[in-house]
Amino acid sequence: MADNREILLEVKDLSVTFGKKRNPFTAVDKVSFHIYKGETFGLVGESGSGKTTIGRAIIRINPTAGGDVLFHGEKINGPISRAKDREVTRKIQMIFQDPMASLNERAKVDYIVSEGLYSNGSHLTDQQRREKVAQALSDVGLLPEFADRFPHEFSGGQRQRIGIARALVMEPEFIIADEPISALDVSIRAQVLNLLSKLQKERGLTYLFIAHDLSVVRFICERIAVIHKGRIVELAESEQLFAHPLHPYTRALLSAIPQPDPISERKKVLEVYDPACHGYSPENPPLWEEVEPGHFVQGSRRELDAYRARL
Amino acid sequence: MENNVILSVQDLDVKFTLRGQVLHAIRGVSLDVYKGESLAIVGESGSGKSVFVKTFMGLLDANGYLDGGHILYGGQDLAQFRSEKEWLTIRGREIAMVLQDPMTSLNPLKTIGKQIEEAVVLHQGLKGEAAHQAVLSCLADVGIDQPEKRAKQYPHEFSGGMRQRVVIAIAIACRPKILICDEPTTALDVTIQAQILELIKAMQKKYDLTTIYITHDLGVVANVADRIAVMYAGDIVETGACDEVFYDPRHPYTWALLSSLPQLGVKGEPLYSIQGTPPNLFHEVRGDAFAPRNPQALKIDFVERPPFFQVSPTHKARTWLLDPRAPKVDPPAHILQLREQGVNRHG
Repeated sequence: MADNREILLEVKDLSVTFGKKRNPFTAVDKVSFHIYKGETFGLVGESGSGKTTIGRAIIRINPTAGGDVLFHGEKINGPISRAKDREVTRKIQMIFQDPMASLNERAKVDYIVSEGLYSNGSHLTDQQRREKVAQALSDVGLLPEFADRFPHEFSGGQRQRIGIARALVMEPEFIIADEPISALDVSIRAQVLNLLSKLQKERGLTYLFIAHDLSVVRFICERIAVIHKGRIVELAESEQLFAHPLHPYTRALLSAIPQPDPISERKKVLEVYDPACHGYSPENPPLWEEVEPGHFVQGSRRELDAYRARL
Repeated sequence: MENNVILSVQDLDVKFTLRGQVLHAIRGVSLDVYKGESLAIVGESGSGKSVFVKTFMGLLDANGYLDGGHILYGGQDLAQFRSEKEWLTIRGREIAMVLQDPMTSLNPLKTIGKQIEEAVVLHQGLKGEAAHQAVLSCLADVGIDQPEKRAKQYPHEFSGGMRQRVVIAIAIACRPKILICDEPTTALDVTIQAQILELIKAMQKKYDLTTIYITHDLGVVANVADRIAVMYAGDIVETGACDEVFYDPRHPYTWALLSSLPQLGVKGEPLYSIQGTPPNLFHEVRGDAFAPRNPQALKIDFVERPPFFQVSPTHKARTWLLDPRAPKVDPPAHILQLREQGVNRHG
């Protein structure tokens, strides 16, 4: 359906392991997906599911144990040339979860925002750098004067804006937003979400939006991947996913989100996911197939047939 | 309903002294809590909801103090309590609390069994083997398998959800009448959150508890609450039955709060967002605290604080919009949509 769109980032069979060689823990297990230029792709899962690790592996913070990460069709994981590393570091930026913890308490906003410029060897004069910082701050709706203040002088929403300005100043193409609004209040969330979508429209940014809250993801993302224990179990366009959730884990996750609607909450039936229900074995391995255009699910042969019948 | 008031707060004022300045955290709040109900107090961080319930247990920080008002419970005025000894007759025994983060509310150096046993010994007066058996039944009560084995383990051997179950077990072991849950599920995953909320509801039924939830998550509120109190800048601005507040809100702040939910947003269009920031409570607030952020504010909102206007026997809101003299202001489109939804499905 969207085959003619340009793929910006592709992740192929990505694995990330932690711990010793003898006894490794596989946090991300052969994950594959791709993100089109200009779209917002959601990655949803519980804590410990490996969603943040995938983000960190893309941005080269965590080394990968296997598979490829392709950015504009070029491999960016593992050993790459220094020039490439610089380029990738500039073009892919990250926004972090907790704006209270992710900003350096002892640095002024001016330094926080321009740190990337310093360390990426951009050879700007002080005047040029200041202009860039002022521009980034006003882009996120803060006053350029704020550059001389410290993070503790700002509210949570304003701090998250500083975190976004810090990413924007590098003029990235791709932003990984790791739970950017989980730590914020309801009224502030709306402001930050609006800001993110405004920036996307203005600059054609591409987002990987990592979250555990499906209702927010549904609002902002075009496609969603649901991840469980390091494996993607279902991937679909967001409305498709909400209309026909197939994998039992997705269904459990959807049924668990509290809706701000007392009548439907009273009628709610909780679904519980038991990973043993699949009965996977070496003879009956989980497969990854497209059950309707753009909708992928993991399941055994029999399960996949049942999913197709349900659609 | 009137006779069943278990806790009654009247004109409560709480202040904090901070670097020589006075912060007026709770500004003349009155609230009745009815026996057996579950009440949700909703508000943003900094609105004073945690401070408000902490006064029921005498848990204010050292620089905080009550500056007038009454907290009536069981024929006593808790606002008059001065000594720790008096508070110990209430804390845990009558009113117990479940805190937000189960990682920090348990003692990492003691086994789970010992920590529950403390509560059992203190509040149920059991000793030795009887106390041990009570601990095991407490653990089984909150849905922890193999209580015999789990009681000997330390908090770090439990997952977040299991730890929150233990915290609930400790609170229940005190056999309280009121259980206060301060953001009980904020630190947990959605699937676990749903289980914990179910557990609290089951405990409420089993032990005939009155529960007070504090949360900023309106989804959780819709799930658990019988009645809702909306708090803004140290004041309760609207109270009503769950459906009344969700489907027929009257205060502009409640409108704004509901409108900014992403669940109600239309994809591709900007979400409604509240402009500005909450008022600085170091300064005196004049008029309606929400007026500066309210695009439909009336002139009087900046001058005089509105009283409560009764909407129905159970529903009231503190806004001049409900005054008979006020011009007719239509709620935002989202709210009208909600009202319609509510009416249609109620039949």
